[in-house]
Amino acid sequence: MAERHDSFWELEHRNRRETALLVIVFMALFSALGCGLDFVFGNLRVIEGKVTGVPILTVAALLIGSIQSIASYYGGAALVLASVHARPLLAESTKEQTVLDVVSEMALAARMPVPRAYVIDDTAPNAFATGRDPAHSVICVTRGLVDEMDREELQGVLGHEMAHIRDYDIRTMMMIAVLVGGIAMLADFVYRWSWFGGFGARDGGDRDRSEGGNAGALIAIAVFILAALAPLFSQLLAMAISRQREYLADAASVEFTRNPRALLRALEEIAKTESPLKSASRGVAHLFIVNPLEAAAGDDSEGFFANLFSTHPPLSKRIARLRALAGQGLSSAPASAAAPDSSIA
Amino acid sequence: MIVVLIVLAGIAIYLVSVYNSLVRVRNEVDNSWRQIDVQLKRRHDLIPNLVEAVKGYMQFERDTLTQVVEARGRAIAAPDQASRVVAENQLSAGLGRLLAVMENYPQLKSDQNVMQLQEQLTTTENQIAFSRQAYNDAVLALNNRIQAFPSNIIANNFGFKPAEYFKVAPEDQVLPKVDLSLGAPRA
Repeated sequence: MAERHDSFWELEHRNRRETALLVIVFMALFSALGCGLDFVFGNLRVIEGKVTGVPILTVAALLIGSIQSIASYYGGAALVLASVHARPLLAESTKEQTVLDVVSEMALAARMPVPRAYVIDDTAPNAFATGRDPAHSVICVTRGLVDEMDREELQGVLGHEMAHIRDYDIRTMMMIAVLVGGIAMLADFVYRWSWFGGFGARDGGDRDRSEGGNAGALIAIAVFILAALAPLFSQLLAMAISRQREYLADAASVEFTRNPRALLRALEEIAKTESPLKSASRGVAHLFIVNPLEAAAGDDSEGFFANLFSTHPPLSKRIARLRALAGQGLSSAPASAAAPDSSIA
Repeated sequence: MIVVLIVLAGIAIYLVSVYNSLVRVRNEVDNSWRQIDVQLKRRHDLIPNLVEAVKGYMQFERDTLTQVVEARGRAIAAPDQASRVVAENQLSAGLGRLLAVMENYPQLKSDQNVMQLQEQLTTTENQIAFSRQAYNDAVLALNNRIQAFPSNIIANNFGFKPAEYFKVAPEDQVLPKVDLSLGAPRA
């Protein structure tokens, strides 16, 4: 599996690059919004074709953006866990012990440190992983997953999460979750103020009827549009980055369990779920193994726009790919439900 | 002149990175091997407790129980690696049989202590299997680097040796597969 091994280093590097790119894009959006606010509040003015003034708010936005980037790197996991109301998973019953044990099993299979385990009290079966690197990683499952999945299905799901951890998807996804939230908040703020400030000021004194005033109004409109589009833009970015990783993690889960039936059975079980996950918000939806916002039973839409606006590939497509794998004789091993291929044991 | 220096520097950086990746993979092989040991040790520690807990219920399975205890003793006392592997494989087979016949004693399911031990043993068996799998993956990665061009030149010059796969003796491979899912009853 040298190819797989090498490709996982490539994946890690790709994730490092994309995280850096993400922070740059985020900072650019932040300073653009700050700059727009400067024009709206008159800190910056266009006088006779030249920009004058002190861009206080641009600097402030950059500062806030930097602080938020650093905070999301170190504290993102805690933020994400708090936002979905997760608490540490304790071994209070045999079933919970089994989940903790399977987490250790998959960590061994992936040659990674054992992540901490958390649980969300919700009956919709789902799971996600987060953290800034494998040594600080967390796997969070729902109560529904703990109760409904047998050992083999748990191995499939937790193997998928372990793959996100090994490939450093967790860092990129966590940063997206926190930064997209930040953009949305700032954009909302700018949106409101560009409405009041920009258009309100236009009817004001003499200077607005001058050339500079017109430019100011144009800038206000540009800021207005930017503020309206920034959340959408960052959301689209999050979705595009998230979608392709799901197939890769599905494949890596099979690599760990050597048993395509494990994840296949789990996804088929989840596909029957009628209820969405209550505590999940749009900001963290892309972290989960299946989209928590829609009832999984209805998550089958395809086509360009459906693909553009979804964080996950359609479940039916993922299941079809796993079926193809299971058909290739890889499924010969699991005569037993729980044992990994016992011919190597 | 400058071009020559740049090319030489590039070659040097390449050599260092190949060497470092060889070291990294070799360490992974060593670490995976230790992981197997950790799990085998844990299994040795668990067995006396499990045997003690189920002895009362399973009067008629004395043979199965003794086999497990004896295999454990042989594995612990094994003088060399080869005989230890044999003994551990016999222990795996014996435990598989024990966990399977435990299915025939429904009263075990109501014993919390037994259920916990069973879960611990099931996961230990799985972790042994997964750590062997991880070990073999690491060995494959190392051996590929040692044999493939151009990393083989560096590997040979610095004395990297191909590692041995964890193989199972032919007679052990035909053992019946045992259902270890006992620890996870579906509600």
